[in-house]
Formats: sequence, structure tokens, C-alpha cells
Amino acid sequence: MDEPALCAAEALAARIPDGASIVLAPDYSGCALAVVQALLRRPARHLRLIGCPQLGLQGDLLVGAGCVDRVETAAFALGEFGLAPAFDRFYRENRIEVVESTCPAIHAGLQAAEKGLPFMPLAGVLGSGLVALRTDWKVIDDPFGAGPILLVPAIRPDVALFHAPLADTRGNVWIGVRRELMVMAHAAKRTLVSVEETVDGDLLREERAAAGTIPALYVEEVAHVPGGARPNGLFTCYSPNFETIARYASAARTEAGFASFLGEWLDR
Amino acid sequence: MNRCTAITMIATIARLLEGLRHVAIGASSPIPAAGALLARERSAGRMVVSILGSERQNPFTDGGRELFDCAAQGRIDAFFLSGVQIDARANVNLLGLGAPPRLQKRFLGNFGAPYLASLVPHLILFRTDHGPRSLVEKVDFISAPGADGRWLVTDKALLRRRAGRLQLESVHAGETLASVQSATGFPLDAADTAPTTPTPDEATIALIRGPISVSVGEIYPAFETLMRE
Repeated sequence: MDEPALCAAEALAARIPDGASIVLAPDYSGCALAVVQALLRRPARHLRLIGCPQLGLQGDLLVGAGCVDRVETAAFALGEFGLAPAFDRFYRENRIEVVESTCPAIHAGLQAAEKGLPFMPLAGVLGSGLVALRTDWKVIDDPFGAGPILLVPAIRPDVALFHAPLADTRGNVWIGVRRELMVMAHAAKRTLVSVEETVDGDLLREERAAAGTIPALYVEEVAHVPGGARPNGLFTCYSPNFETIARYASAARTEAGFASFLGEWLDR
Repeated sequence: MNRCTAITMIATIARLLEGLRHVAIGASSPIPAAGALLARERSAGRMVVSILGSERQNPFTDGGRELFDCAAQGRIDAFFLSGVQIDARANVNLLGLGAPPRLQKRFLGNFGAPYLASLVPHLILFRTDHGPRSLVEKVDFISAPGADGRWLVTDKALLRRRAGRLQLESVHAGETLASVQSATGFPLDAADTAPTTPTPDEATIALIRGPISVSVGEIYPAFETLMRE
């Protein structure tokens, strides 16, 4: 397989076609916000977002800019700032389709995909109103005899998009303990990653790094984008810029406020 | 919510967690996070606390799914849920108001609640604005079904589900049975008087406002500001 070349955020965004389903990491993991900026400039259209397991700032920016038709997620929130304001507006105006889920069902659906399985059984959940909402889920009798059990279908996204601290020039990507990013890469048909830093050599040959590294085998393209998760934080690298996120949370409640925040943010 | 009430909630939560091994904290939960860190301080290091989104309070190495896998195996003793509505049967609604799938008002979403509700033995409910619109007779949507024995900690009182319904255990300082009843959207089958929730001592308050608020501030800066200013 060809080794992924390093390219910039715009080139990474150009690899995501309109209409793609994209699995995104939560705000506290690795969010490729510089690539999201490029998608907003284009602007991308008819995207279907999957939160792994929830959506936050990057999802709200994409929704607010009219890039998204549908979201599947366990929650849509801006951390301590609560409701995602653009998504909230779009939901009220019936401009977006929402597939309600719960965190472990999304993890399980992605795990089914990474194993090449059509579905995954999942403990719990029975007794929640969510089971009736999700007509694509099935409850069966455990064939091994332990009562009813929920089955959730595999989730196989077109694209996994995230930001990570480090990659080597071969395209191996270090994610440490943030292994939801590993599952996303395994499950998606294509994986696009922006990184803070690139190093020569081979992370897979370093015993301490290898277990926390996504092999290039799963990675289509890596872009070197320092600060690529800002204003979110990035594990092991930097903290979120809470002032910017607070400013967004209040500005984006109106269409005009959202547009003005976006204009300013994209100009920088 | 004022700082004094928050501190009472935190100290109450810490009491409920005494003796447990592994307490997990989910999204949007600064007060439970502080309560769990206080309980850990008092456990002489025996309690493990994991806080979603934290780098420093995170014992997991297998990504977002590990918390849930752990819960299904019985490795998590306690977890916290709040909700837009909590009802007399201790059912929790995190999704929104009205009838899904087109809700009148959507809130944040179900998170892990539908799953964790039946898998974590000590599921503790909390609500920082105890009122008739948040504590209702019947929720619009059941994200997480209730069960007997379940605790609810609010900014006014401590309640517990017994014989199918939430009952008053104690009222916080400054509240009465009548004031709590009038703020609750369902009848409380309580005795004529309710005991007062114990208030924390000065040392506990200093601990909460000092090192614990700094730890929680890693992911909840507004909480740290409330505690320290």
C-alpha cells in the first residue's frame, strides 16, 4: 500500500465528498477543527455526521453552516456550555434529521464494523424508551438462554476524520489511550487525520508507542496542521480555549451571530 | 445555584459513595465529580474515580467504550445522571420535552443513560434546580428507567425511591418539608417533619473550595470559578 503523503488541511477536506457519512470524535478527544474550517469554506453539503459517541463544537459549526443533512449521536452538547446553539436552531426549524442513540450503541456499531460483522449484541438499554424509537434495532431472545438482548446494526462510516498529536512520515498515527480514534479508523472505509507534529522514523518499531498507534494500513491521508484542534483542546498537547467556546455558545444562538462568528473565525 | 448549596450537594454525594471501589463520572457533571473526588480523599486512596473528558482523572486505556464495557461486567459501582425531567418513579428523561421523534424542545441527548441505568448498581440522580418543571409526576420520555433504592440529590433535598416512588429523606438547611413539596411536581409521602441534611464542616468546605475545585476545573472552569471567587 502507498504510504500516505503529508498535505494540508484543505487537501484533506477536499477528500471528503459532499454526501459523505463522517464519524467524528467528541470534543475531549481529537477534533480536526482546521479541516472542519476547510469544509465550511467550501462549503460541504449533505454530510451525515456520526458522533463517536457525541457531537460538539465541530458538529455544531458544520450544522450551522448548512453542511449537514443528518446526525446520529448519543448527545449534541458544548460541554459545560450546554446546548449546541446552531443544532438547537436547526432542530427547532426542522432542518435536520436526528437519529437518536446512546454512547455504547455507537461504540458497539463501530465495533461490529471493525470486525466485519452485521450487528453487535449490547447489554442494558432494554427498559429505555430509546428501543421503541430505534426501529432499526432488534430485541431477540439470547440464543444461549439468558433472556432478551438488544442487537444494534454495524455503523460503517464513509470517512473517519480526527486530529492527533503525532504521526510518522510513513503515516502511522499515535493516539495513545484515545482508542475510540482507533475504532473509528478501523470501522470507516477511509480515514483522514490531521496531526500536530510529524516525525521521521517508524512509530510501529518503538515498543512504547506502537500499542497506541494506528497503523498506516488504515490511514488514507495525514495532514500536518499544528494547532489543528483549536479552539478545542488536544490530549497531551493543549487545553481548550474556553473563552472562544463561550463566545461561540452565545453568538451562535442566532443565524446572524453564527455568521459573524464564522466570518471572523474563517478569516484568521 | 449558589456556592453554599453546591457544597451541601457535594458533601451529600460524597456520603452516598462511602465504601465504593469505582465511581465513574459522565458528561456535564461537575458537582458529582467534586463529590466523588471528596469521597476519594476520605477513602485513603482505595476509591478509583474516573471523570469523562479528564486527562488527569482517567484510569482507562481502551477509549470511549471502556467505561461501558466495565459497567456491563459489574466493574463500576456508581454513576450519576441528571435530566431535563425526573419523575416520581425516578425515571430520567435526558432527551427533551414533548413526544419524540419530533420533540417540542430537545435537550442534550441520552448519552450513556439508557445503558448504564440497568448495569450500574448505585445510580445516583442529581438535579441542581429542584422545581415542579424538572421533578414531574411522569416524564415525557424514559431515557433511563428508575428502580427502588435509587437516590436523588437536588439543591433543596435528598430523596430516595422506596416502594416504587421517590420519598423525602432529608431537606437541606434553609428548606422545609413544605418548601420542598411546593417545588416538587408530585406528592411526597413524607412524615410530618423531615430531618435536615448534614452540613459539611469547615475543613470539608476548604477541601472542596481548594484542591477539589482545581481538579474539577480541568474540564469545568465555571465550576472552579464559582467555588473559588
